[in-house]
Amino acid sequence: MAKTVEGLYYSESHEWVKVEGNVAVVGITDFAQHAMGDLSYVDMPEVDDELEAGEEFGAVESVKAASDLFSPVSGTVVEINEELEDAPELLNQDAFANWIMKVEMSDPSELEALMDAAAYEEMCANE
Amino acid sequence: MKYYDKLIFDLSKAGRQGYSLPANKWETSVSELPAGLQRAEAPALPEVSELDVVRHYTNLSQMNFGVDSGFYPLGSCTMKYNPKINEEIAAMPAFAGLHPLQPASTVQGALRLYKDLSHALSAITGMAEFTLDPFAGAHGELTGLMVIRQYHISRGDEKRTRIIVPDSAHGTNPASAAVCGLEIVQVKSNAMGLVDVEDLKPLLDDTIAGIMMTNPNTLGLFEKDIKEIAALVHECGGLLYYDGANMNPLMGVVRPGDMGFDVLHLNLHKTFSTPHGGGGPGAGPVGVAAHLVSHLPVPKVMEAEDGTLYVADGTCRCESSPEGSGAFGPACGCAPECKCGCQACGQISGFMGNFGVLLRAYTYILMLGRQNIKMVGPLAVLGANYIKESLKDCFKLPIPTVCKHEFVFDGLLDQSTGVTTLDIAKRLLDYGFHAPTIYFPLLFHQSIMIEPTETESKETLDGFIEIMKHIAAEAIADPDSLKTAPHTTPVRRLDETTAARQPVLRYKDMLQ
Amino acid sequence: MAFAYFPHTEDDIRQMLDRIGVGSLEDLYSDVPQDVIYRNEYDLPDAMSEHEVRQYFEGLAEFNTNLFCLCGLGAYDHYSPAVIPHIISRSEFLTAYTPYQPEVSQGTLRYIFEYQSMITELTGMDCTNASMYDGATAAAEAMMMAMAATKKKTRVLLSEGLLPQVVKVVKTYAKFNGVRLDMIPCVDGATSYGALAAELAAGDVAGVLVPGINRYGIIEDLTGFADAVHAQKGLLMVYSDPSSLAVIRTPGEWGADIVCGDSQTLGVPLCFGGPYVGFLACTKDHVRKLPGRIVGATKDVDGKRAYVLTLQAREQHIRREKATSNICSNQSLMALYVTVYMSLMGPKGLREVNELSYGGAHYLYDGLLSTGLFEKAFDKPFLKEFTLKTLVPAEKIQDALQMIGVFGAVEVEDGLVNFCVTEKVSKDNIDAIVEYLKNWGHEVL
Repeated sequence: MAKTVEGLYYSESHEWVKVEGNVAVVGITDFAQHAMGDLSYVDMPEVDDELEAGEEFGAVESVKAASDLFSPVSGTVVEINEELEDAPELLNQDAFANWIMKVEMSDPSELEALMDAAAYEEMCANE
Repeated sequence: MKYYDKLIFDLSKAGRQGYSLPANKWETSVSELPAGLQRAEAPALPEVSELDVVRHYTNLSQMNFGVDSGFYPLGSCTMKYNPKINEEIAAMPAFAGLHPLQPASTVQGALRLYKDLSHALSAITGMAEFTLDPFAGAHGELTGLMVIRQYHISRGDEKRTRIIVPDSAHGTNPASAAVCGLEIVQVKSNAMGLVDVEDLKPLLDDTIAGIMMTNPNTLGLFEKDIKEIAALVHECGGLLYYDGANMNPLMGVVRPGDMGFDVLHLNLHKTFSTPHGGGGPGAGPVGVAAHLVSHLPVPKVMEAEDGTLYVADGTCRCESSPEGSGAFGPACGCAPECKCGCQACGQISGFMGNFGVLLRAYTYILMLGRQNIKMVGPLAVLGANYIKESLKDCFKLPIPTVCKHEFVFDGLLDQSTGVTTLDIAKRLLDYGFHAPTIYFPLLFHQSIMIEPTETESKETLDGFIEIMKHIAAEAIADPDSLKTAPHTTPVRRLDETTAARQPVLRYKDMLQ
Repeated sequence: MAFAYFPHTEDDIRQMLDRIGVGSLEDLYSDVPQDVIYRNEYDLPDAMSEHEVRQYFEGLAEFNTNLFCLCGLGAYDHYSPAVIPHIISRSEFLTAYTPYQPEVSQGTLRYIFEYQSMITELTGMDCTNASMYDGATAAAEAMMMAMAATKKKTRVLLSEGLLPQVVKVVKTYAKFNGVRLDMIPCVDGATSYGALAAELAAGDVAGVLVPGINRYGIIEDLTGFADAVHAQKGLLMVYSDPSSLAVIRTPGEWGADIVCGDSQTLGVPLCFGGPYVGFLACTKDHVRKLPGRIVGATKDVDGKRAYVLTLQAREQHIRREKATSNICSNQSLMALYVTVYMSLMGPKGLREVNELSYGGAHYLYDGLLSTGLFEKAFDKPFLKEFTLKTLVPAEKIQDALQMIGVFGAVEVEDGLVNFCVTEKVSKDNIDAIVEYLKNWGHEVL
């Protein structure tokens, strides 16, 4: 059973968001990394990229699959997790401890459209 | 097969040579070039003798499986026997020695081959005319889609930029459409695995350039509503594209042109017996209906009134062509129907395709002739249904109707053992068969796609059936032997994750 | 109805139909609407025996004329060692499928790895794929790669010095793919740095494609090109002849990001334009945007060195419309062809091929100028291929050469003609051709 963490926001496309002031820290969920299997590459955005909520910002790849990542919020990319460039397996080891990007939010009210841990767990149970 | 671990680089020893060249009698040397234009250090290529090379590559070949080695039930790939006469004809010096820019008067034989092969493919498919320029199936798809877009644009219908692709389609279909600048609209399959006509109807509007289909589809099922689909798509102003990857079961029985298709490509390395060569070279000729002929790419072979052949390169040959503009259209302003070559979608290959492959395919057609061609499809379909019916008690058959050249199992009937499709595929290698196509189409989780072709005997198919039944029994009695298969191949299962995480793509990286 | 490629006896067919539970082969098409079944005779020749097929092609061959080749322009008549056809016609290579089952495809995978090692060595790049169709389509893929690698740029620049067929193919792909292309002119037979710098100033250029050796045969001096392109965050792409890279400055040394071209120059027969073998190579920064198949080294469960198709998540069978390209089949067997060629030649043989071609080309160049039929067109360094200005209509010279079975003097622009010399051309050959043209010139001038 894939784990979740309380206090985070979750998207339907299996990204999580942790709010730090006006910055959204974004990663993929444990459920997502399980579904993908051993990850071989994380395609990340560039710092200063402008993203709309729901826009594609990268992808995670395993040997035989690829899955696009969608930004849960709108804003500007302020930092990316460069550790993942050489070690995508970190996401397999702990998907919640290893974030992918940090976004300076332009509209924090978008968070309201996301799910909490309980709702996300329920969604996964039905997939 | 025996394991041999060397790279040609491992055999290198400074001072050895594997070549013989004429003595150098010239008085000038490359070293006279300006120093800034010369390479600083010689490339680190191997230095080996001729026998080193011959043995090395012979050893490598012995770790390979080919159609000549054994049965290749590879769905969607039509691995039929590659006749040896094909190779002999392609190697004839009278063809292999021709420079592609030689004057037409000195290559009439080669140009005639283009005409004759085009004519034969038209007869087989019911299309008006072919280009033989595309190098492979995907290249043919792209070319065909370019023809479709050029057609719409030439009529001033520029908003048709979306193309419908079934959810069961080969991945190349959407990829080719994207390269051609088309947006993909997916149409669903119904419970029988066929295009859902009711799902299709609402998608059809004046932005649709066309639909890409393969018939039979990737499940090996004939799209029996094809004429209705054709009428609907044509009614909305779109065109029908036929992916010829699955042409083999129809060869000699049904012509795509008669089903209403406007454009198609064929894979000469599938349906027309030219060898796959470990992934190419192939050829992907594109055939079109009469109203699209003028948009085929250049260079194209044309016939003058006196019967001599020449090559049209896209330059307008009309004597008094009106002035025109148009970013997409020709500058000459000729009408879209003009056949001088000026209405072509463009040039898609450096010269005129994989000529050597075209020679092989025409050789095959001459051997078949009008008599034998009629048996290609029926015998291919016979083999596929024979395997399907013989194995459906051991493997899960999601769609139990009559299939065409191929069919799909969704894993073992008894899935309690944890044995996957991958395990079955790998175990087949131990028994001397190539694996089927696996995990495609995506409609099922454990897809095993089997295509036997008409060149395999009943004895070969019986041998395969017996081994598949044996594997199904092993899955219950000894599942571990499957999960760790293969056991007898030169190498066993590979660490593909590390290969992707830390790519080592050349010898130099291996040394570090 | 017995036929060599169909192993079925009447009895086999009967038994198979019985197992399926249908009465006839026709019943297997019961799901096909009857009105699309083709019931007429196919408009094809009668079936032939092998002997008749041979005769047919021998008859067709009589309408071809094999000419002594002094033409380049994208197809080069280099010597091909006897070993190669024997290796590539081994059926384990020839009749194999794409190596998706690595356990039984180590032969194919190994030679692709060797091919990748050799092509990167020649070009000075970090990575290459397993081959492209031809040079022109490789250039088109390079253009799309540059667009994908530089997300916010909208334009690609092409040198007018590229071979015309390369420009035409790139233009076709660009037209449909939605890429804006602009041309950089040549000045005195070489790509204009000034014109390039002016175009780059707009800041919207994803990549610039220039030839290493251009359509006039001139070796381009790319000093400053990489810096200028990189300063605007674009990519420098070079279209190269891999054979020449054994001796001339490599794209890697020039600072290129992507290199493309046709490896036909590595001993592949002319064969009326194909099969040849395109290549596409790049620095490691761009490997994830590199289209097509790529082979990587790894180990199997027993720790044995082994090879496998890798980075497959880039490709069409996984990414569908989001793949960097639609390419699946490439020219694998031709990649083996050039790998065996490079193995036989080694660094010294490949240098010697260039020395022989260079020496012969310069000897022919001087000889042709001495005939009085030509003038210099440019005064820039060349390797094996060159351009001259003609003083009589080019077509007449081409026809005159054809009279003695020679193919050369192909017009590349008004009044400019191409010649090319490889190691297959001897001093005696050139002396005879020059002498003939001198005499012919006396008659026409």
